[in-house]
Amino acid sequence: MNIRGIFPALVIVGFILAIWTVAVIPMNAHLAADQSQRDGIVVTPDAARDRQAYLGLTLVLKNPAIIPMTYALARPRLPSPHQVAIEMYETIFTKPPTSRRSLVYHAWVTLSATLLGFVIGTSLGVMLAVGIVYNRTMDKSVMPWAITSQTIPILALAPMIIVMLGSIGIQGLLPKSIISAYLSFFPVVVGMVKGLRSPDGMQLDLLRTYSANANQGFWKLRLPASMPYLFASLKIGISAALVGAIVGELPTGARAGFGARILVGDQYGPLMILWAALFGAALTAAALVGIVTLIERSTLRRMGMAGTS
Amino acid sequence: MAFAIALLIWAAGWFINARLAHGAQSDTRAVSLLIPAIFGVTIIAMWQVLVTILGISPIILPAPTDIGARFVTSIPTLWVDFEQTVLKGAMTGYIVGMLAAFAVALLADRSDFLTKGILPVGAFMAALPIVGTAPIFVKWLGSDWHSKAAVVGVMVFFPILVNVVAGLKDTSAMQRDLMRTYGAGYWPTLFKLRLPAALPFIFNGLKIATTLALIGAIVAEFFGSPTVGMGFRISTSVGQLALDMVWAEIVVAALAGSAFYGIMALIEKRVTFWHPSQR
Repeated sequence: MNIRGIFPALVIVGFILAIWTVAVIPMNAHLAADQSQRDGIVVTPDAARDRQAYLGLTLVLKNPAIIPMTYALARPRLPSPHQVAIEMYETIFTKPPTSRRSLVYHAWVTLSATLLGFVIGTSLGVMLAVGIVYNRTMDKSVMPWAITSQTIPILALAPMIIVMLGSIGIQGLLPKSIISAYLSFFPVVVGMVKGLRSPDGMQLDLLRTYSANANQGFWKLRLPASMPYLFASLKIGISAALVGAIVGELPTGARAGFGARILVGDQYGPLMILWAALFGAALTAAALVGIVTLIERSTLRRMGMAGTS
Repeated sequence: MAFAIALLIWAAGWFINARLAHGAQSDTRAVSLLIPAIFGVTIIAMWQVLVTILGISPIILPAPTDIGARFVTSIPTLWVDFEQTVLKGAMTGYIVGMLAAFAVALLADRSDFLTKGILPVGAFMAALPIVGTAPIFVKWLGSDWHSKAAVVGVMVFFPILVNVVAGLKDTSAMQRDLMRTYGAGYWPTLFKLRLPAALPFIFNGLKIATTLALIGAIVAEFFGSPTVGMGFRISTSVGQLALDMVWAEIVVAALAGSAFYGIMALIEKRVTFWHPSQR
């Protein structure tokens, strides 16, 4: 993608950042008023209780002097973009990656569960898809369930899977990976079945005229033809796997990982930890989807299917 | 012993299904519903047999009959949870998110530049773990259903937005020229040509969003909720090791999810009857 292609997207991102920056003022108005008063600035109305009756915006219009404070609070309701950026810079670059306070450490914990789960889920999904395409009984009995299961909020199972596996002695990386695997499994099955069935009658007939056997039909026609579908599902699957790993960290009170940081920031620590974890998770998701897209491009180009993505 | 019986049940179920799938009637509607039903019953029967005969503790895996019994005896509880999470949290959020997505999409539609910017940004946002913002909304809007509706609204916004924007681009120059020869302006063209043509895309987004809405509403309750709601019940029941209750809630979630999706699919079928995929 060239510069002119991403320029509109950059403008939109800039616009969102601008809205965020402006929203900080009314969102933090009450906290900023309290803090300013403690610092000796006169705020109207004088009593914190009276101020609760006002909207954040009205309060700011009455006391323009508190605006700088809305960007400088230690525990803001809505941190400003630069505060989140500073927090992320500090936790990524200034802490050693082995420290518990480093975001890189937590990213790695979540990422390892995500990748393990993604690999398990994808391989099982591809295997089931092959079974479905080649076995009519399997197709008729399993495929409707695979489709239905996509309409079910599977993530609600996460706490129970963790506890269930915990009570039979499986802990640590694996329970989270199983949730990740479960979430990436079904998109891959559905996409891969569609892909393996994508060759049309003409192409299948052509192979038959070459007297190709079922094995060759699979390796030389069906599997290559399924690649665009597979990659489309992989992109959905890897972001689902990441969400699964993060949610898998919530109910167990995990000590490390993005989910744990979100919990810590929510319950004990400054909210900034939570924001940094969220943006860390977003960056990780973007990187994962980006990597899959790169592999997709180079694979499809090598197969002469470029331009499909 | 237990495994032998389970294996027997599996073999029997598979045998019936194999006969049905290769039989002459295999493509009729009744049989194509019967086969997955038999498959499901087979799995549940194996589950029942293994749990009962092996004496697996109900705090690891309750038997289907226990879950069924719990479901029947707790219908009042399950109903208020359903009301709180699905009807108040998920539905409100879904509708608000949908309306916002349509509004932004129509706004972006006026300008080619905005469309080009919103598509990649929206697609990117749709892939992010937005459900993680739940604690922030709980802090801002309190622990009742309003915060859940907000999370759901943000979660469903992006996939719907991307699909509406992409759908509105899905008309050919020929079709738009035809509208112009009729002297149709922007709004008639929008309502008579471009929105109808976008419907398959729009429903794709709406269907994806049904599942997201339920996930958002349930997971957001893990971060704080009044003492009612499906996510609340799941997390507290897991803590009390009352796994039969957890499973009962999951059954409700599954039914609600399929019903929500099914309703959307039904509406889609009604209004996009002209599209090749529906004929």
